Order: sequence, then structure tokens, then C-alpha cells
Amino acid sequence: MINLEIPGRLRALAQQANEVAREVFRPISRKYDREEHAYPKELDMLAALMEGMEASGEMEGAGAAGVRRTGGGEEGVRNGSNMATVLGIIELCYGDVGLLLTMPRQGLGNSAIASVANEEQLQRFGGKWAAMAITEPEAGSDSAAIKTTAVLDGDEYVLNGEKIFVTSGSRADLIVVWATLDRSKGRAAIKSFVVPRETPGLILERVEHKLGIRASDTANFRLENCRIPKENLLGSPEIDTAKGFAGVMQTFDNTRPLVAGMAVGLARACIEETTRLLAEAGVRVDPTRPAYAQPAAAARLLELEADYEAARLLTIQAAWMADNAKPNSLQASMAKAKAGRTCVEVALGCVELAGGLGYSEESLLEKWARDAKILDIFEGTQQIQLLIIARQLLGKSSAELR
Amino acid sequence: MSAAARGRELGLRAMRALASSPTLDRLGARKAAERAIYRASKGGFQAVAGAGRTFAAARKLRSPARQPVAGKRSMFDLTPSAEQEMLVEAIGDFAGSAMRPAAGQADAELRTPPELLAQGVELGLFALAIPEELGGVMEERSAVTAALAYEALGRGDMGIALAILAPAAVATALSLWGDAEQQSRYLEPFAGEQPPAGALALLEDAPLFDPLAPTTRARRQGADWLLDGEKALVPRAAEGELFVVGAQTPSGSPGLFIIEGGSGGLSAQAQPAMGLRAAATARLRLEEVRVPASALLAEGDPAAYRECVQRARIAWCALSVGVAQAVRDYVIPYVKERVAFGEPIANRQAVAFAVADIAVELEGMRLATWRAASRADAGSEFAREAALARALCARHGMRIGAEGVQLLGGHGYVKEHPVERWYRDLRAAGLLEGALLV
Repeated sequence: MINLEIPGRLRALAQQANEVAREVFRPISRKYDREEHAYPKELDMLAALMEGMEASGEMEGAGAAGVRRTGGGEEGVRNGSNMATVLGIIELCYGDVGLLLTMPRQGLGNSAIASVANEEQLQRFGGKWAAMAITEPEAGSDSAAIKTTAVLDGDEYVLNGEKIFVTSGSRADLIVVWATLDRSKGRAAIKSFVVPRETPGLILERVEHKLGIRASDTANFRLENCRIPKENLLGSPEIDTAKGFAGVMQTFDNTRPLVAGMAVGLARACIEETTRLLAEAGVRVDPTRPAYAQPAAAARLLELEADYEAARLLTIQAAWMADNAKPNSLQASMAKAKAGRTCVEVALGCVELAGGLGYSEESLLEKWARDAKILDIFEGTQQIQLLIIARQLLGKSSAELR
Repeated sequence: MSAAARGRELGLRAMRALASSPTLDRLGARKAAERAIYRASKGGFQAVAGAGRTFAAARKLRSPARQPVAGKRSMFDLTPSAEQEMLVEAIGDFAGSAMRPAAGQADAELRTPPELLAQGVELGLFALAIPEELGGVMEERSAVTAALAYEALGRGDMGIALAILAPAAVATALSLWGDAEQQSRYLEPFAGEQPPAGALALLEDAPLFDPLAPTTRARRQGADWLLDGEKALVPRAAEGELFVVGAQTPSGSPGLFIIEGGSGGLSAQAQPAMGLRAAATARLRLEEVRVPASALLAEGDPAAYRECVQRARIAWCALSVGVAQAVRDYVIPYVKERVAFGEPIANRQAVAFAVADIAVELEGMRLATWRAASRADAGSEFAREAALARALCARHGMRIGAEGVQLLGGHGYVKEHPVERWYRDLRAAGLLEGALLV
């Protein structure tokens, strides 16, 4: 039966994450925005606390638990781990996106490992912090154009290439590197390899200075004859051209709703703060009256809130579908596209409504507006999401609709 | 030249231009246009034609009949019930096979054929609103079920859907807020084979119109109410047999009044609009319309009036979601077939992204509408959710209508394709008040 309210059990979990956002993230938000590249040591204790709660089943993580499709057996509708994870992320990003991104042991690499690793690898890599290295100077959204190579030499793979924009790259224990086994075989030859940080030949070149999410480090690496055991390849070493990219892309299908959730959380932070500031200025949104019969600021806020609501529901829909074993590639991209553009629109719009105060560093609104832009870029830009959506709707291949 | 003479001349010139237009002949629309112009202009306000019907209680209810509401659900869920699925499928067939083919002509003729109205009744659309003990069919009253049904109707045609649903809004109002006497007299006929024609009239002609502050007024005279004012764009008002009209009361807040079509002082004048033309929209004028004290619904409770305004907004959202879906489903095959520069235009990102955007915003509109409706069913506050859904449907619905025309280019601008009608109809979402209820 159609119902779009969050069940009480998950609301309670979200409330816990909200307390973390308010009590831990917000107070140090500005500090680590100013001190870019300083390690937010406050997070170590928090990570331990959250892992403890996760282990006891009291709380779902920040997404790094991975999204394994366990499939049915159970009757009826499920509001399970996908939804719980998305709700947790929404709340934590209501606190601070950059701090969430640099939560120890909650990296995208952890998500990849949790999603596709075999039992032996799960054992070996458990409890470590794993970052994800996909992008290269000449391969961004076009991840099939990856040039980093992996060559089997005895019991080891030898990796060579360059990786940029590695979130948590300078802090993580492991880097999950995308590389091709055979550049002539296209996407099917692209595999992911777990590279421990201390491996010789994995050279940290620099840490970026960024527009926003400054609490989170973004590293660039060079791989020079970097040798790792062949058991560090995630998934199958076979180059299955029929299956193509599916293996590595599976991670993305699962993480798009999570990034959409980040955007939703940030947008809500902006809207709540702006609602408060406007109320102090004597402007309140009256939902019962037509927008045009209200002050322009109220009408604008209502408009922003409406798009936020659409983004939030699309995001939860994608998670709900994953929980209920419904294919959600289209809805995941819709959620990411809508949430990505909405959070930028909302954040910049809220700065405008708050005026000089919103633009100054006295308010977090200006920081959130800088943080927001990355959410319409990483894990598939707006344009990539629209391509995915359009190809599905129009029944077009990537050769026809490029 | 006097202003009146100048007006006459302008009118004649416009008429001359129209009369010599070959387009009318090519479209076979000359007769329809003539009839429409005749009807729309034959002058002033006419007594409401539905005056012949009288309402008498067949049996007396002891207490008002209310459908049980769905209540709170524990899980987030987007799966319709089996009952809802069956209803949507039946309406979908009707929308595709009966409404869509009739839509162009109904739009040109400013009326919905009576057969279609009757078929709508047969589908059980009115019965959704009626408690089982009064002949209804649904166990529970559900705004979600109504929203799903309206969305399916919207896929057929918005104007025809409005014509069909206009009386259902009166039935829903009586079902939600009528007392035992009001229900005995007025609600039961809606379960019969010939339900009354009727409409819920909240909107007025005024820029920045706020339904919570109507200019139509009700004042006391002895035990009676006297109503004065004018309501705008009331669907099928000219044939209305039973109206529910919003009017300001002396208490300072507006109330909902039951007014029979035969009441003295009630008249209607055709008010054709940009779209929704199949619903024969008209001004409804009230000049010292006298109704008994018992005509006021919910004893004038301001909360009931506000709820009515919000439920109407959800209903408009649901209808616009259906129309937007029709646009989406129409442009996809078109852009795949239409060839320019040697390949289907769908192969171009500028076109493909426009289609993707339609799909994204449509999905957001739908979910927001469902959420507002499901909160209404759960007995939760839903003013905020209804306002958000309305804001989405107003802005994105309109844009989807415009993109539908744009994607067909010049072909979208002519009446060979339905997208120009959807463009006109979708502007109504987020703008009109009342007329529909979930």
C-alpha cells in the first residue's frame, strides 16, 4: 500500500545520525574548512563509536557497508539496509559533507570491497580504510578510457599509470585502483585492484586545494611498476566481453542513491537555516496560501523546498527499490540527477535569500554552497546521469546516443 | 467613434477573419467553431440549466456516513494495492480508447460528449467518494486511490477528465463534510445511474486570488443565507444541478455552501479558457441566492474549508501528472522516428536530455503528489506536502507541456498532434483552485 513516510524504526536511526551531525560535525565544520588538509582527529573516536553501533545492529553505517543484493525469501515489502544507509547519509550530510567523506573506514573503496569482494578478501581487507581511484587526467566520466594498466607477472599484478581525485587517498590504508588488463579489449578488461598504501611504486604526488568539501582530502597518485599480489584483484580476472563493464559499474549503481542522499542532506541544511533566518526577518512560508500571494522570499523558499522534496523522494525511491530487489538503475540516476542539481540550486538560492550574511563566513550557508557543487559532479556528473536516463528511455546504445 | 462602436467593429473584424479561414474547413472544425462561438457569446448570464432537478432524501440517515480512512501504514511503500491496480487499468483502457480519440473534438466544441460522461460514471469514478452504505464501492476512503485514478484519466485528456470528475468533487465534499441530513438528501443520488451534474466552485477572477479570502459573500437573513458573488472557470456550470460554493461568512473565515442548480439568482456564462475546454468552463454568478441554514457544510468549520482547498490542489497535481506522463509517452516515439541531418533526432543530446528532464521532473511530481495524498489518508497534516506538490506541478508541469511542443517543433504547434493541447492544459495545474477533490 502506497505510503511515503519513513517507518518509526528508521526514523529513530536517522535521529541518531542527526545527533552526530549536530553534536560532532557542525561544531568542527568551519574549522576543517579553513584548515584544509588537517586531519579531523575528532572523527577517529566517532568512527569507532559508529562501528560499535553497527556491529550491535543499532545503526547502519555511512554507506561503506556496501550494498549486496541478498534477494527475496521474505514476504512483503522491505525497508532495509539501503534505505537505512541513505537516511543515515542524509542526516550526516545535514551536518557536513566533507567530514562524512573522510570518515575513517567508510570510503568508497570500502563500499566496492563490501559489494564485490570474495570471502577471503573480506577477511583480509576488513577493518581497513579503503579509497577508490578511478579518474585519470584523460578519463573522468569516460571511465572506459582508463589507461592505467595491470599486467600479470607470476603471482603479482604490475600496475602503471596515473590516478587523480582520489577521495581520502592520503589518509586511507588501501586504494582500490581501476586498471585495464588489456587496452584493446575495452571496458570488459577494466578491473579493480586493491593496493595497500605503503606498496612501493604507489607514489602520492599531491593533495588538491578545492572549492569545497575541504575537510576531505583529494589525492593524486602515480603508479610506477607497483606490484600487488594477484589475490588483490576484486571480482573475476576473466575478460568477459559479453558481461562487459557490469562488474565494476555495479558499484556505481549502488552508490548513486548514496551520493543523491548527500545532496539531499546538504539541501535540507540550507533550507532549515534559511527558514530560520527568514523567520527572524519576519518572513514565513504559509503553505496554505498561493505562493504569489506571499513575500517573494517566501515564494522562492517554497520553490526551493519543493525541488528538495522531489529530490528526497526520488532518492528514497531508489533505495526502496534496491531493498525490494527491483532493478533501479533508471531511478538511481534520476535521483542523482535531480538531487545533484537541486542541492546546487538550493544552496546558491539560500545564500541569495540570506544576503550578505549568507555570503559571509559567519554563516555556514556560504560553505554549503561551495560544498554542494561536487555533488553534481562526482559519482557521475549531471550530464552522465541524463545520458544514462535518456539511453534507457529511448532504448539507445552508447554508440547511438553519445 | 464610441468605445462600444469600436468594440463592435473589432469583434466583427475578428469574426470576419475567422469566417474566411480555410483552416477551419480543412480541420472540419467550422461547425464546431460556430457552435462554440455562438454558445460563448449568445449573451450574458443564463439561468443554470440543471434547474429541473429536485433533491429529496430517499431515506433519512441517523448520522453522517463516513468511509473509514486507510490509517497509518508502517512501511515506506510505492506498491499500489490490487484494487488500485485494477481501477487504474480500467481507467487506462478508457483513457486510451475513448478519451484520447475524442479529445480534439471536445476541445474544439467546448463540451464533452454525454456518452463519455456516462462511461466515466460507469467506471465507478463517483463511487470512489461514496460510503458503502450509500451505494459506494470502496471499503476505505482513499485520496491515494483517487490520485491514481485521476492520474490515469489525465493520460487520456485533462479537459474531459475535469468534465467527468466535476460532480465527483461535490460527492467527495458531501462525503467528507456533509451531516446526516445533507448526505441523505444530496449524496445518495451520486451512487445512482444518473448522478447529478455539479461542481465545486472556489476560484474567482482576480489576480493574486487567494481561496482563503474569497470575495463571494454569505450573509444571514433570518434562518437563511444569502450569497452574492461570482465564481470563475467552474466546470460544466451551465448544466449544474448541484454546486458546492466557497464564500466568506460573517465569522471571518470562508465556508462551503451547498447550492441547488434551481436556486433563484444563480446564473452561468460561458468562460472558455486557454485549455480544459472540454469541461465547458463557465462563470457562476450568485445574486442574492437564498439557501437554508442547513446548506453550510461542516457548520462552517474553517479547518474543513482549508482541507478542501488542499485536497483540490492534490487532485490537480494528480491530473497534471497524468498529462505530463502523456507528454512523455508521446515524445519518446516521436523523437526516435523523426529524422534530421540523416539520423533520428533522439541521437542528439540536446533532444535526449530534454526527454530525460521530462522524465526526472515527472517522477518527482508524482512522488510528491502521492506523498501528500498518502498523508491525507493517514490522517496526518498535509498542508505543507500539498503545497510542495503543487509548486512542483505548477512549474515543472508547465515546462513539460512546453517541452512537449518544442520537441515536435512546428508539428507540435499544430493540432495534428495533441501536444499543443497538453501545453494549454498543463498551465492549469498549480493555478486553478477547487473543482476537483481527492
